Amino acid sequence: MNALASGGHAPGPVIEIRNLSTRFGDIVVHQDIDLELERGQVLGLVGGSGSGKTTLLREIVGLLRPSAGTVRLFGQPVLDPDPARQRTLRRRFGMLFQQGALFSALSVYDNIAFPLRELRTLDEAMIGELVMLKLAMVELEARHAWLMPAELSGGMTKRVALARALSLEPELLVLDEPTAGLDPDRSESFVRLIRMLQMALGFTVVMVTHDPETLGGLATRFAVLADQRIVALGSAADVLAVDHPFIRNFFGSGRAAAAIGKAAA
Amino acid sequence: MSLAAIETVEQAGGLQVLLSGDWTLATMPEPLSSLEARLREIGAGAKAWDLRPISRLDSAGAIVVWRAWGRCWPAALAVSTEHRSLLERVVAIRVERKEAGSRAARPGLVFLGEQALAALDHFAGLLGLLGQGVLDLAYLARQPAQIPWREFSANVYKAGALALPVTALIGFLIGIVLSYLSALQLKTFGADVFIVNLLGISIVRELGPVLVAVLVAGRSGSAMTAQIGVMRVTEEIDALATMGVSRSQRLVLPKVLALAVTMPLLVVWCSAAGLVGGMVSAKLQMGLSYAFFIDTLSRVVPVANVWIGVGKGVAFGFLIALIACHFGLRVRPNTESLSSRTTTSVVTSITVVILVDAVFAILTRNVGIPF
Ligand SMILES: Nc1ncnc2c1ncn2[C@@H]1O[C@H](COP(=O)(O)OP(=O)(O)OP(=O)(O)O)[C@@H](O)[C@H]1O
Ligand SMILES: [Mg+2]
Repeated sequence: MNALASGGHAPGPVIEIRNLSTRFGDIVVHQDIDLELERGQVLGLVGGSGSGKTTLLREIVGLLRPSAGTVRLFGQPVLDPDPARQRTLRRRFGMLFQQGALFSALSVYDNIAFPLRELRTLDEAMIGELVMLKLAMVELEARHAWLMPAELSGGMTKRVALARALSLEPELLVLDEPTAGLDPDRSESFVRLIRMLQMALGFTVVMVTHDPETLGGLATRFAVLADQRIVALGSAADVLAVDHPFIRNFFGSGRAAAAIGKAAA
Repeated sequence: MSLAAIETVEQAGGLQVLLSGDWTLATMPEPLSSLEARLREIGAGAKAWDLRPISRLDSAGAIVVWRAWGRCWPAALAVSTEHRSLLERVVAIRVERKEAGSRAARPGLVFLGEQALAALDHFAGLLGLLGQGVLDLAYLARQPAQIPWREFSANVYKAGALALPVTALIGFLIGIVLSYLSALQLKTFGADVFIVNLLGISIVRELGPVLVAVLVAGRSGSAMTAQIGVMRVTEEIDALATMGVSRSQRLVLPKVLALAVTMPLLVVWCSAAGLVGGMVSAKLQMGLSYAFFIDTLSRVVPVANVWIGVGKGVAFGFLIALIACHFGLRVRPNTESLSSRTTTSVVTSITVVILVDAVFAILTRNVGIPF
């Protein structure tokens, strides 16, 4: 049995955040945040611009050490001091960065193949098929595989980044603004794609988004980040019941209410 | 979580293959090629396949199964709808190979020709940059309010003031080493006092300018290429252009002028440090007094040598900055190009500096050498 599998599907939450606080100098971004996410759920994280959503995602994936508190993924601390355990843990989730973060010196093909090659267990033919499959999944054409990141449009960059995040078949997908910069058609097919994959693979998703359609189409749980805290957490109905200015503004708008209402119903 | 498992069941119609467990990248036994071979072998005589017991199937698993089937659907297949749609996606894959040829080996002559053309292209680029600089100067002479003083002084500070300690240290150490080694030789001829002539001419005329040029090319030239290069990668240069800010006026000109102004000063500073080092060493090793050294220096080293050194400083500074900016603007928007351009920039400017130094040596062969 290989190392990846030995992590096991331990029961318990996939993400477990306890008493997390973040400070940059004098600026307090988060204060005493608690958050849990069960396997197979899709959490939509919303909050105003600059409220610290990206920062929270960076702490979840272990890119940033919180000023206080702990983050556990699959029951293990993300910032495990043991490098081998940390590497194993990091292969179990995929992250889509807000700006794409593609490797600018590698072609689209090599960007997606990169994590697969890192496994060192796959032959090049298998990698080729996997890469083309991921490209097809995000609705890119095979000829796009040989473009360089600088030659992509903004939306294409997003989709390539998603394909790369998906390449290791992660159990947890962390998405920062996945549909920003996509046309409505594409964001709808993105929602369908994640839904389909989620049904087939049962992975867990945390996503930050401002787009009500994406939020309503995907999220099974909602968390609202405001005033340095999670002011509301739970199903659509739970969140709508909370009286907070941001929630009134965000979910009060017609489009958002309609989209979320669908999810609540 | 369970491992990928293969079973066979004997049925009325023939052999049936049952796949169960998790067929995912994380749970399939490695290496995948041997799993595929085993599956192919077991499935060879099978009439029917049952994939319904599979709990999780991901694209890697689907590809393994599809390849084991020899890329065609089996006669009888039982599979859940989700897994079937995944398999159908795999079926639709078209692997497109990159068209080869761009990296093919070229005959030596073609390679040489391409290199020559590239060198010519860079030369043309440098000339263009130079011409643009002259136009900018003419424009700024008429619009003095637009002169980028801030950028100019920032560059003088970064390339000049911050380089003072390291140039002094290097000059001083080279002075000591040179003086020590020359003294050993001169002593055997009883020509001790000529140490002053030797050090004076070589440091002021030759070593000072070249040392500083190499240091500045490595220190400031690379920084300039990298800065302009990153601005290309992050589209900052485009942002500047849309605001109507000329990149040659705001980025290139201040750098070139700042280095042309600072380099001669650094040369004087470094040469002075070298002479001090030589003086200290001469005193310790041969007992030449400081007063004698300084007195002789002013007699045996014509002042023309200082002007030659300063002139070289201006020319080298100008060239280093121009080359650095040229390569910075040629960076393509990826990190690989950034690193190769920075390397090329430093190597080119050092080479050009040495070449120009040789030209200086020929042109000034009758100037500043006593008797
Ligand atoms: N490295 C850092 N140093 C200092 N402050 C930072 C740093 N990173 C983020 N911040 C601050 O933390 C706050 C939260 O930033 P973050 O990027 O998490 O916002 P966000 O919620 O993702 O916003 P958006 O929706 O606009 O992407 C901001 O005020 C930002 O200025
Ligand atoms: Mg953000």
